[in-house]
Amino acid sequence: MDATAFEDKTVTPLSGPMHAARRHDSAHKHVAGSADYIDDMPEPAGTLHAALGMTDRAHAEILSMDFSDVEKAPGVVCVLTARDMPHSNDISPSHLDDEPVLADGLVQFHGQPAFVVIAETRDQARRAARLAKIDYRDLPHIIDPADAIEKGGTLVTKPLTLKRGEAETALDHAPRQLRGRMRIGGQEHFYLEGHIAFAIPGEDDDVTVWSSTQHPSEVQHMVSHVLDVPSHAVTVQVRRMGGGFGGKETQGNQFAVLAAVAAKKLNRPVKFRPDRDEDMCATGKRHDFLVDYQVGFDDEGHILAVKANYAARCGFSSDLSGPVTDRALFHADNAYFYPHVLLTSQPLKTNTVSNTAYRGFGGPQGMVGGERMIEEVAYALGLDPLQVRKRNFYGEPGSGRDLTPYHQEVEDNIIARLVDELERDADYQARRAAILDFNAKSRVIKKGIALTPVKFGISFTMTAFNQAGALVHVYQDGSIHLNHGGTEMGQGLYTKVAQVIADCFQVDLERVKITATTTGKVPNTSATAASSGSDLNGMAAFDAARQIKERLIAFAAERWQTTPDAIRFVANHVEIGEERVSFPDLVKQAYFARVHLSAAGFYKTPKIHWNRETGRGMPFYYFAYGASCSEVSIDTLTGEYLVERVDVLHDVGRSLNPAIDIGQVEGAFVQGMGWLTTEELWWDDKGRLRTHAPSTYKIPLASDRPKIFNVKLADWSENRQPTIGRSKAVGEPPFMLPISVLEALSMAVASVADYRECPRLDAPATPERVLMAVERLKRG
Amino acid sequence: MPSAPPSLRTIPITLTINGRRHDLDVAPWTSLLDLLREDLKLCGTKKGCDHGQCGACTVLVDGVRINSCLSLAVMRDGAEITTIEGLGTPERLHPMQRAFMEHDALQCGYCTPGQICSAVGLVSEGHAHSRAEIRELMSGNLCRCGAYTNIADAVEDILEQQQKAAAE
Repeated sequence: MDATAFEDKTVTPLSGPMHAARRHDSAHKHVAGSADYIDDMPEPAGTLHAALGMTDRAHAEILSMDFSDVEKAPGVVCVLTARDMPHSNDISPSHLDDEPVLADGLVQFHGQPAFVVIAETRDQARRAARLAKIDYRDLPHIIDPADAIEKGGTLVTKPLTLKRGEAETALDHAPRQLRGRMRIGGQEHFYLEGHIAFAIPGEDDDVTVWSSTQHPSEVQHMVSHVLDVPSHAVTVQVRRMGGGFGGKETQGNQFAVLAAVAAKKLNRPVKFRPDRDEDMCATGKRHDFLVDYQVGFDDEGHILAVKANYAARCGFSSDLSGPVTDRALFHADNAYFYPHVLLTSQPLKTNTVSNTAYRGFGGPQGMVGGERMIEEVAYALGLDPLQVRKRNFYGEPGSGRDLTPYHQEVEDNIIARLVDELERDADYQARRAAILDFNAKSRVIKKGIALTPVKFGISFTMTAFNQAGALVHVYQDGSIHLNHGGTEMGQGLYTKVAQVIADCFQVDLERVKITATTTGKVPNTSATAASSGSDLNGMAAFDAARQIKERLIAFAAERWQTTPDAIRFVANHVEIGEERVSFPDLVKQAYFARVHLSAAGFYKTPKIHWNRETGRGMPFYYFAYGASCSEVSIDTLTGEYLVERVDVLHDVGRSLNPAIDIGQVEGAFVQGMGWLTTEELWWDDKGRLRTHAPSTYKIPLASDRPKIFNVKLADWSENRQPTIGRSKAVGEPPFMLPISVLEALSMAVASVADYRECPRLDAPATPERVLMAVERLKRG
Repeated sequence: MPSAPPSLRTIPITLTINGRRHDLDVAPWTSLLDLLREDLKLCGTKKGCDHGQCGACTVLVDGVRINSCLSLAVMRDGAEITTIEGLGTPERLHPMQRAFMEHDALQCGYCTPGQICSAVGLVSEGHAHSRAEIRELMSGNLCRCGAYTNIADAVEDILEQQQKAAAE
């Protein structure tokens, strides 16, 4: 990339270059209700609707299915089962052939779809789906991960081991050691727009699918695989999603495939929009984990050795559980150097819906486990957990304390500075002293405060996914068409990439038209996931714009008889020596001189490599950092609590768009706080998910937001790697900031036993769980 | 879900929606939300949970905010209904719509029409006087992206403008 990407352009006459705070590109449409989601698009005449036929067992053989009443119901056009999948009934994204589109003779989780009803209206399809008669032969089921371990621990995919040094020997020789178990709950994505797919059949093998997906290329591959048609026959489009959070990385495949199969079979458009409760029962969630840890340390709180096993409830199939549990291990160290370490994953098979990607992708669970160990050490020694944290931070390169459990050096460490600044700005020490004093005097209400760090690795751990494409056209009037492989789910990716293009040509952002993501324009894309959207697509778009810009410069140099270095793009104009031509004028002249004004851009992340067999490599291009300080108060008679104040200092490198980045940090904090506090998934003994609607599953409300919420970006930070504008990824890293809320709750609980015992507060720390921990500690 | 009665007659009702009178024949079990979205193609109002729990479907009925998924259309015969499309258009935004835009009070945008209708209802109710009250009284509208800070800023902005105007 050329040097102009790194110049300071914050002061500019242009609207919306890189680093400018710009509002979301669709904001004016969102506030007017005129931004179309898939369910808002006008339906072509003859559109049919699909409904899921769900099973009523957690684990059973299907002996028979009788659809006679279904087929007789008003409006029903047809019923599809596994046997109606033209080529294959499998949509396993890990290619392990373990994820049927529809259950074929075997039910593996409660609610698993076994058939689909297609009818004239959605209401008719849903009513008819209730009329099927299915006979089952029950099989024993396993719902809970602890139960799964006891019963032999069948895995859905190969586990991972990360090893450095001799953890077991070092544990034996450590002056102190302790062991424990932590249970970490899962999380429902609760994207406000549920899953939806809309398929329109075309001529020959063609089909076009609008899918609310973070991964249009995978939807394309799955549709082409099940239909047995080439990928070129399948076009997948998505303009925007009403939230994704990882829940639409693989989970949209099923709906898209079924809509496409029905559309091709019936030669009519088919829309598939499951109801919210069906969506929550039939699509995967964040993995719950059971972490068994052993930590060896000295009397000053220096960690000497860590051994931990991360067991995860993966559900009935592998889906993304391999890379998710891998990423948990990659983050078990958080920001801490473990001199000797042995980490293992245990991706357990259970008779529950197959868990999937969710913001952080296992990283948050890994990190929560790591922070529990810090807490244990602190309470064992009677130290402030922040002191223990600081004593164990990774050191500077060359310090001998910079190697991760996966043998990557931490080269860009800024955690000590971030934490010091936040400790000062949030007045941590004085407030902690005041809280200790308050707790000594207050009988019922107890307070807690905690300051926790975040270090999160950026890149897909599957190296091949770290590539991206973009397509840029400049039209004769100087207007610019932008397309790239990333998808927009509210995170502002489209806006940021458009800023890159505007910046590259030095034109106003309004000149750049952002267009819907489609497999027809940019092929072979990766999921918009792993926080990588701007890093990858921003660079690919930059590459496309750079090519066109170079052609324009070559043309101008020839036309005006000058050298390329005399040509500059400034403020909607191009300066050619002494001459100043408007951007559209130059483009027009270039067109008549037969200059190619369209380019496909490409980017692949340099440097990274990873060998899963040896557990060694450089899986991450860089790390993003952050720190947060939370203060809470709990009622020790009811377990209810309030988050009184939160201070955040977060690292996004040189922000591409501070307005969007602050929104991402705040939003991730609120969502992460929900995961660790109020959001509890609950299955009954029959394996039925009983928290399948917002009536029973509590995501944060406006009133749950911290009462005082100070969020700052570390404005001095810039990415040491040459990323787009030296920015850093922002989607996932701030999700782990609210670990400080969990630990502040933990401190408030610990106060009832004079801070002598680690409360071992599991997540989510619901009021019930807080109350139970208080009672447990009071009893001693 | 009970199966639909085979041939129930539709019921004639009259609704004034966004200032325009509509004479409609609706099935008695049609929710106001489905009537707006499916029959009248007013798709600005969103379906989030269809349970009255998420607030994405909030509209104003005779100036009062309700979850349109929890109301049968026939129950609102004669009512005046305002949806997000009736508050303003991208070219002529309602002050609350403008405030949401200016405060970046949205991310994915799916809850936004409901948030705005709810906020307009909140201001006209006159119960909210502080940020804490705004947050409490906006708690029926979920935002999974967690844009609550900016949503409260936008509502507070309009509330303050209105209090100022009333004082003058």
